[in-house]
Amino acid sequence: MLELKVNGATHQVDVAEDTPLLWVLRDHLQLTGTKYGCGESLCGACVVHLDGQPSRACTTPAVAATGREITTIEGLSEKGDHPVQKAWIELDAPQCGYCQSGQIMSAVALLNRNPKPTDADIDNAMNGVICRCGAYNRIRAAIHRAAESMEG
Amino acid sequence: MDQPINPSRRSFLKGSAVLAGGLIIGFHIPEKTRAADAAGSEQTFAPNAFLRIAPDDRITVIVKHAEMGQGVATSLPMLVAEDLEADWQKIGFEFSPVDPAYNHTVFGIMLTGGSTSIANSYEQMRKAGATARVMLTEAAADTWGVDASECSAREGRVHHGDNSLSFGELADKAAQLPPPAEVALKPKAEWRILGKPLTRLDTPAKTNGSSTFGADIYLEGMLTAVVARPPLFGGRVKSFDPAGAQRVEGVVKVAEVPNGVAVIAKDFWAAQKGRKALQVEWQAGPESDISSSGLEKLFREKAQESGNLAKKAGDVEQALKTAAKSVEAEYLVPYLAHAPMEPLNCVVKLDEQGCEIWTGTQSQTLDRKAAAEVAGLAPEQVQIHTQMLGGGFGRRASKTNDFVREAVAVAKALGDGTPVKTFWDRTDDIRGGYYRPMYLHKVHIGVDDKGQPSAWHHRVVGQQLMKGGPFEDAMIQDGVDATSVEGITDLPYAPANFQVEDQPVELPVTTLWWRSVGHSHTAFVTETMADEMAALAGKDPADYRRDAFQDHPRHLGVMQQVLKDAGWGKPLEQKGGVRRGRGLAVHKSFESYCAEVAEVSVQADGSFRVDQVYCAIDCGKIVNPDTIRAQMESAIAYGLAPVLKSRLTLQNGRVQESNFHDYEVLRMQEMPAVAVSIIDSDEKATGVGEPGLPPLAPAVCNALYAATGKRVRTLPVDSGRLAS
Ligand code: FES
Ligand code: FES
Repeated sequence: MLELKVNGATHQVDVAEDTPLLWVLRDHLQLTGTKYGCGESLCGACVVHLDGQPSRACTTPAVAATGREITTIEGLSEKGDHPVQKAWIELDAPQCGYCQSGQIMSAVALLNRNPKPTDADIDNAMNGVICRCGAYNRIRAAIHRAAESMEG
Repeated sequence: MDQPINPSRRSFLKGSAVLAGGLIIGFHIPEKTRAADAAGSEQTFAPNAFLRIAPDDRITVIVKHAEMGQGVATSLPMLVAEDLEADWQKIGFEFSPVDPAYNHTVFGIMLTGGSTSIANSYEQMRKAGATARVMLTEAAADTWGVDASECSAREGRVHHGDNSLSFGELADKAAQLPPPAEVALKPKAEWRILGKPLTRLDTPAKTNGSSTFGADIYLEGMLTAVVARPPLFGGRVKSFDPAGAQRVEGVVKVAEVPNGVAVIAKDFWAAQKGRKALQVEWQAGPESDISSSGLEKLFREKAQESGNLAKKAGDVEQALKTAAKSVEAEYLVPYLAHAPMEPLNCVVKLDEQGCEIWTGTQSQTLDRKAAAEVAGLAPEQVQIHTQMLGGGFGRRASKTNDFVREAVAVAKALGDGTPVKTFWDRTDDIRGGYYRPMYLHKVHIGVDDKGQPSAWHHRVVGQQLMKGGPFEDAMIQDGVDATSVEGITDLPYAPANFQVEDQPVELPVTTLWWRSVGHSHTAFVTETMADEMAALAGKDPADYRRDAFQDHPRHLGVMQQVLKDAGWGKPLEQKGGVRRGRGLAVHKSFESYCAEVAEVSVQADGSFRVDQVYCAIDCGKIVNPDTIRAQMESAIAYGLAPVLKSRLTLQNGRVQESNFHDYEVLRMQEMPAVAVSIIDSDEKATGVGEPGLPPLAPAVCNALYAATGKRVRTLPVDSGRLAS
C-alpha cells in the first residue's frame, strides 16, 4: 500500500512498488488528464507537479511521490480557470489536445519561477514537451498572454 | 486517402451527389443517437440524424467525423448552426454511432480522411440545420395562428411582431411536423457564423484534463493488454514460453493472437513487465531481412527500368535527346511513422450481448466490419463508441483495421467478457509498421534551344500504399497506384513532352497513407525540380511559375498572395556569419491550393534553421478561418520534422528507431514563425488538414539552395553537405 496525496486528497493504492506515478494516476485513480506519450521522459505528456516542481510522471516511481503534494491538471484550478488555462482557451491553443495537459503543467511551472519569460525562456522551458499537432506558436503566445494577465 | 476520388473510378463511390449538390439528409434517426440524449425527453426535437434540440434550448450536433485536432467537431456544428439560426452559445456536440446515416457522402462508409470532412458534409450539415429551422418556424406560426412566412428565426428564437419563442419551447411541437421537402440555404451576406473565427467547442475540455481520448476509457473491471508483435515484417510467432510473464504479479493471461502474443494484466505496468519477461521465438517471413541501404540499392536498380505508365504526352525521350540543357536527378525519402501523440489503443467488451468498442478511429464502418469478422458476429452486433483522437494523421484509418482487429482478438482470447484495453506503447507505435513508404524518384528535365521547358520525365519507385486496402481496386489501375504519382500527373508545369511512371516494389513492410499521402513526397520533388527548370530557363523561380500558371488561376492566386506577404524580391535581412535564403513552392492537393515561402539561416557548418514560413491557402469557402490557420501551422510543423530529422531505418529487417530520442519530431525551438493568408473564395469548400504540408519541404529546400547553392534531394536534409 502506498499513500499518495493528489490534488489535496489522500489515496491509498495497492500497486507494485516500481509502478510509475503516471500509471497509478491513470490506471488506479482514473485521473486521466495526465497522459502517456513515451514512457521515457522524452515527450512531456505526463508532466505533473510534485511540491510545485514539474516532474515526469512516467519515470517517477510512485514511491518517490509519497509524502509530497502531487498536482495534476485536474487539480490545477477549481473551475479550469487558471490564467494559463484561460489563455489557452482564448488563443485556441489545443488541436488534438492530447499533449496539452503536459504543456499547461509545464507552462504553469515556468511562470511560477519566471513570471515574465522571453520567447527564448519559453522555448528552453517547453522544448521537452512535444506537440505532434504543432501548436507551438499558439502555446508560446498563450504563455505570454497568461504572463500578462497574471501580472494583473 | 486520396482527394475526393474521381467518381468515374469504379463503383465504390455511390452517393457522390454531395459535391454536385442535391443531397439527401439522413432522416432515419439511429436508435442510439436518440437514446443518447440524457434528457430522454419526449419533447426533444430530432428532425434528422444530425441534431437534437432539447426543451431547455440545448442543441446537440451529432458529428459524423473523427475529431483528431483538425477542428471538425466545431466546423460541422458551425455549418448546422448557421442555417438553423441557432444561438451558438447553446451548441454542443457528440460523436455519432456507426450507422449509414453518418456515411461519408462520397466514400459511402464512415471515414475521416483525405481532407474531405467539410467537402462532403458542407451541404448536408447546412440543410440539416435549415430543415430544423423551417420546422421550428412553422411550429411557432402555428402556435400564434399566423403565416410562417411572417415569422423569422434568429439566434435560437422564432419571432413574430412582439411574440417570441425559443427553439426549446418549440421543440415538442416541431417534432410533430413533417420535414419540408426542400429548404433554402442562407445567402452569404446573411451569415453570422460561417467565416467567423469562433473558438473551438472542444477547447475547454482539452485544457482541464476532462477530454476523453480512447486511452482514457476505464470500464468497471477492465484489464490492460500489450502485445508482443513480430520484430520482423511478415514474421509470426514460432513458439513462446509464457512462464516468465505469468510470474509477474497482476498478469491475468498470456495468449497467442494472430499478430503475436498478448499479455493481459490488471494494469498497464503489469502487462508491460509481463511482456518483458515473455520468451517468444519468431519465425521470419520472406524478405524479412531487408535493410534501408539494401532497399536504396534495389530502388536505384528498379529506377533504371521503365515503370507503369501513369501519364504520357509527346515524346519525352526524343525531347531530352535534343534538349539544349537538361538536369537528371535522383531523390530519396525514407519510411515515416505517423507517431500521433496518443499511441494506438482500443477497448473491447466482447460477451454474449455482442461486441462494444471504444476507440479513436477514423474508419468506423470498416473497423466495425473487421471487428465482427474477428468476433464471429454480424456487423450490427458491434458498436463503436468513437472517442477523441490524440492525433490521427492517417494512422487511425488503418487499411487493414489492424489495431481494432487485434484488440478484438485479444478480447476473444481473454474469453470471459471482461473489458480489455489493448494499449500500444511508443515503441510499439514506432516499430508497428503502416508507414509512409520509402520512395526514390528519378527525374529528367530539359529545355529547348530557346530556353523553353521541353521535357519532364518522372519515375517513382516504391511500394503502392493502396495495396491490401479497401480502395485497392479503385486506386490501383493499369499497374499505377494513383497515390504514388498524385501531384505529378497533374503538374501545372508539364511541358509538351511529359511522362510519369509508377515503378512498384513489393516488400513486407506495411504501409499506409500519412498526412497528405503521395503529396508528402511528390511535391518535394516536383517543386524543387520546378526551381531547377526555372534555373535552366534562366528565370527567377516566381517568374517561371507565373508564366506556367497562366491557365491555373488558383495556383497563381495563392502564389501572388504569398509573394506579397513574404516580400519576395526584397533582400533578406542579413545576420552576421549566416547565409540566408528564401524559397517558394506552390502545390495543389485535396482540391485546395497552397503556396509557401520559407526563409532559412544556414550556419558555416551547414546546420540551419527555418526562421519563417509564409503560407497562402485557397480552400474555397471559409468555414472557420482560425481553424484553417491552425491547420496550416500544424501541417508546416508536421511537414518540417521529416525535413529536419524524422526517418525510420531498417537493419536486418528491424526498425532501428524506438522512441522520440531517435525517431525525432519537431520541438518548440525548431518551430518557425508562421504567417497565413486565406484567399477569400466562393468556390466549394475543400481540404484543409493536409494541403499545407506538401509545399513545406520544397519551399525549405529551395531556400537552402538560395542560401548555399546546393540542391537538396534527400530527406531528412544532410546538413553537413551545406557546410561552406
Ligand atoms: S510520457 Fe512521460 S515524458 Fe513522455
Ligand atoms: S495538440 Fe495534438 S499533440 Fe499537441
